[in-house]
Amino acid sequence: MATDLKAAPGADPFDGINLADLEKSLLRPRNLIGAFLTGTVMVFTFLAIYPLFSVLFAVIARGGEQISLSLFTELPPSAMEADGGIGNAIVGTLVMVGIAALFSVPIGIFGGIFLAEVGPDTKFAQVVRFSAKVLTGFPSVLAGVFAYGVVVLATGQFSAWAGGFALSILMVPVVILTTEDAIRMVPAKMREAAIGMGCTQAQVVRHVLLPTAFPGILTGVMLAISRAAGETAPLLFTALFSNNWLESTTEPTASLAVLIFNFSGSFARNQVQMAWAAALVLVVLVLITNLIAQTLAPKQVRR
Amino acid sequence: MSTLNTPNSPQPSARAPTGAEYAINGTFRAVSYGFAGLVALLLAFIVFEIFRLGWPAMSERGLAFITGTIWDPNKNEYGVLPEIWGTIYSSVFGLLIGTVLGVSVAIFLAEGFVANGVFAILSLVGLQYRPFWSSMPERVEMFLKSLIQLLAAIPSVVYGLWGIFVIIPMIRPIGNWLHEGLGWIPFFGTELSGPGIFPAGIVLGIMVLPIITSISYEALVAVPHKLREASYGLGATRWETILAVIVPTAAPGIFGGIILAFGRALGETMALAMLVGGARTISLSLFAPANTLAALIANRFGDANTPADVGLLLYAALVLMVITLIVNMLGSLVLQRIAVKSPTATTKGAKQ
Repeated sequence: MATDLKAAPGADPFDGINLADLEKSLLRPRNLIGAFLTGTVMVFTFLAIYPLFSVLFAVIARGGEQISLSLFTELPPSAMEADGGIGNAIVGTLVMVGIAALFSVPIGIFGGIFLAEVGPDTKFAQVVRFSAKVLTGFPSVLAGVFAYGVVVLATGQFSAWAGGFALSILMVPVVILTTEDAIRMVPAKMREAAIGMGCTQAQVVRHVLLPTAFPGILTGVMLAISRAAGETAPLLFTALFSNNWLESTTEPTASLAVLIFNFSGSFARNQVQMAWAAALVLVVLVLITNLIAQTLAPKQVRR
Repeated sequence: MSTLNTPNSPQPSARAPTGAEYAINGTFRAVSYGFAGLVALLLAFIVFEIFRLGWPAMSERGLAFITGTIWDPNKNEYGVLPEIWGTIYSSVFGLLIGTVLGVSVAIFLAEGFVANGVFAILSLVGLQYRPFWSSMPERVEMFLKSLIQLLAAIPSVVYGLWGIFVIIPMIRPIGNWLHEGLGWIPFFGTELSGPGIFPAGIVLGIMVLPIITSISYEALVAVPHKLREASYGLGATRWETILAVIVPTAAPGIFGGIILAFGRALGETMALAMLVGGARTISLSLFAPANTLAALIANRFGDANTPADVGLLLYAALVLMVITLIVNMLGSLVLQRIAVKSPTATTKGAKQ
């Protein structure tokens, strides 16, 4: 080919080639298959996102008409009662998620610091990392059974503490793994500069790593909170439910998630509507935490 | 020490830590060791505790509990084989839906279809290089990605509620049409009266989709560019490249994601407790109601009054834990293997 070109300078190199054959044409099977697959993948993507909008639409349409002041200030209605609200369930959810955060955030952050900075390449760290990864996929219902055995059977009663404890088991792995990632994303020269100044490891963490990795860590904490707020199964065994206001953290406690579960199977229309209202409140709560987490998340540098 | 300082700084900027700082550092290290150890201990403690809780019923009932199909308090005969079947069947069906949709979405997002499409639309109006509009392709891609992540954020109990009141009425005509036309196929063998494997599996598929999408996406993006370009250079079309080069290269990662999603599906409780129907049958039909281990535990716990009743559920929890732990560890190991392999692969590539 090359010698041909040399032999006849100025000749058309495309001589004898039908240029129409090189054009992309849908008539050729390989292009047709490609177009078909592109279309299929587009439809599937639409199908995958459709449920999000369908859920949001259903929750807003059916729960929205229940929104009023009494929804937040009154107790759940019995079967045929006209009014009522979900005030105690909102309080219960917030209290239990708070308790869970109290346990899980310090453990998760210190654990994450260990994995990223104190002993990242030790055998011990590998065991911890593996445990955390297995725990992220751990069925939440089993976390509830565990908390039932450890807290409820030991103290002899269902309580907000037991519920918070069960939720914290689900939060710890999320916090620890995102903290590790966030700290690892801190540029190496920053921590090396601090070490060069004579900082101890604690000072490096306190003055360089934590402030720099803070948005990433907060993202992890927010994601963990939003996950815990929606969890139902662990609470069935630990906090149970209550139709009264929360008076102490050592008694059965209402939560939005369990209220939705209990009322979803109800024959009474007003209770089903209350379940939709609770779902709306819960979804708004969870989506807001999630969106905050996503906006805080450090932008990853790719490719 | 003073030689390290710049001439105009009166105070030394670098110095050795004081004794107190060493003490704080020691405490800090000890605390971080302790809390990290707590996480590893937690997993061991959970496994131990659930074994301990399930032990009484396990030693009393033995394997008959796992292989038995009858749950009859009057005869004192209990078995969870239907629940084990329902757990695995609904998970496999949900996983099938989640995988088909999830991998498609991952390909759609990772292979630049979105960006190209938006770019093409913008170039129709001639805006593609304008200041604000030029970033649109990337923005639309990011937006779609976060929508998929939001799917994972919706609580499972809300999916359950949505399934009961939106999905079941929507798919019932489809299910019954399939049953009438293709009823001779075992999968469509019964009528869809309401709750069952089919609606439960659909919702389960939606719930595991974000995990499959995000892990597959990572795997697809990590495929080295030169592979792609070599394939284009040989004259392959975009889809030939995706199917013959990119997906096979990313397959281990995608596979690990699918296994992790399987673990999630097996342990998922609320959506199934609300949608699967709670019937103790072993049937191939997708439209038949069934039950799962997690749903059994969640639904029966409220009615369990005696320690013996609770003991049975705790034994069921033990069975569930063993199944999910095995699946989860497999998934983590597969993903960890790839994570260990891939950095060496890229450094090798850089050297060549």
